[in-house]
Amino acid sequence: MRRVAYEDIVKAIRDTIIYSTTHLSEDMHKALKEALEKEESIVSKAVLEQLLENAEIAAKEEKPLCQDTGLAIFFVKVGSDVQVEGGTLKEAIYEGTRRGYEEGYLRASTCDCFTRANLKDKVGYNLPPIIYFDLVEGDKIEIEFAAKGGGSENGSRATVLAPAQGKEGILNFVKQVVSDAGPNVCPPIVVGVGVGGSFDYAAVMSKHALFRDIGTPNPDPELDAFEKEIQEELNKLGIGAMGMGGTQTVLAVHIETYQPGRMCHIASLPVAVNIQCHSSRHAHITI
Amino acid sequence: MAEYKLQTPLSDEDVSKLKAGDIVYLTGTLYTARDAAHKRLVELILNGEPLPFDLEGAVIYYVGPTPPKPGEVIGSAGPTTSYRMDSYAPILIEHGLKGMIGKGKRNQDVKEACKKYKAVYFGAVGGAGALLAKRIKDAKVIAYPELGPEAVREIVVEDFPVVVVNDTYGNDLYEEGRKLWAKQ
Repeated sequence: MRRVAYEDIVKAIRDTIIYSTTHLSEDMHKALKEALEKEESIVSKAVLEQLLENAEIAAKEEKPLCQDTGLAIFFVKVGSDVQVEGGTLKEAIYEGTRRGYEEGYLRASTCDCFTRANLKDKVGYNLPPIIYFDLVEGDKIEIEFAAKGGGSENGSRATVLAPAQGKEGILNFVKQVVSDAGPNVCPPIVVGVGVGGSFDYAAVMSKHALFRDIGTPNPDPELDAFEKEIQEELNKLGIGAMGMGGTQTVLAVHIETYQPGRMCHIASLPVAVNIQCHSSRHAHITI
Repeated sequence: MAEYKLQTPLSDEDVSKLKAGDIVYLTGTLYTARDAAHKRLVELILNGEPLPFDLEGAVIYYVGPTPPKPGEVIGSAGPTTSYRMDSYAPILIEHGLKGMIGKGKRNQDVKEACKKYKAVYFGAVGGAGALLAKRIKDAKVIAYPELGPEAVREIVVEDFPVVVVNDTYGNDLYEEGRKLWAKQ
């Protein structure tokens, strides 16, 4: 049994949060540059240039890329041969989140959903995070972190289609969601699509799909082709950067299905669309 | 598409010359407010009580910045999504508000109020919080400090870059831009 100190996890999470909210990820940087080359609209080009300049300033000044430093989202895979000493893994994630957000001068954006009162004093600075745990073999802890902004979350939707609607139904639903969201979700965007599983799990998969680096193909060749088809259709909408009109609305479409077998119930076709703004702040750490 | 440099507060004449798609660099004082502050401002107007700042010609920036580091004027400070202020904006416009800065679509009531009382809605680049903060030279909380990032701040800006989304003539940059580039 491998042992990992609670404090090491706290520190790793704290540092990851501060770094990823101030430094644009490499894949996103590359995608924005490519979008700038391909974009035909002058207005959208100007927006993309501002975004690349913003990333430079943020990294240089270690200032958050965006003021919405989001909810802290974690997908965690815990090996069966690893044990945390000095506290639980969940406590370490909470404490790492609190320290990362508070010591990194990030925004405390969690509130009571009824009174809207900020939770920083009652629960903790930008606490609680949202955590999905999974149990795997091995002696490692793998942690994926995203700072997920509210604007793009507000444009996300889930539904359950009839099986007969098939791929065409999925395409139409994604198109409707992206079209309705328009400028509100800070395009150019990454579109995470969860298909199958159950109603709730489709949404979880649509969020997890956003962790895949842009440019990494879907391991399922059929879905890889479908992703490209959807992206092409979405870019015909003409929304453009920040919705000001243009050809580069969607940087990537990522589909995730329930494994094994791309499973869902014989009666259902759940589909969820989670939109990620251009300020995609995600990171991966292995402990 | 024209380019203007404007000084706040804005006059009817200032906003009347602006058309959707124009680029504007704002200099002067802006006030920050999000949903929670808007709710309170509207309540004050309805109760006939004074506001924490003069609405006449004012420009409100929809932003909830990150906390400043020691020595900084303000943290990251990009626009938030504007539709959440749609139910409050028309009454503020009726009482003298001339400009709003945010990102994303406005509803018909806001667009109508912009036409009727001469006001404009500007879009700033969402997610460019570090870049936009560089154009903010001073910031102080003037009301509702208990709201934290949502408190009302008086901020001083220099050449703050925005684009006219909704003008005083009923034009909408988002609709026009999309029509121009849509391929179906």
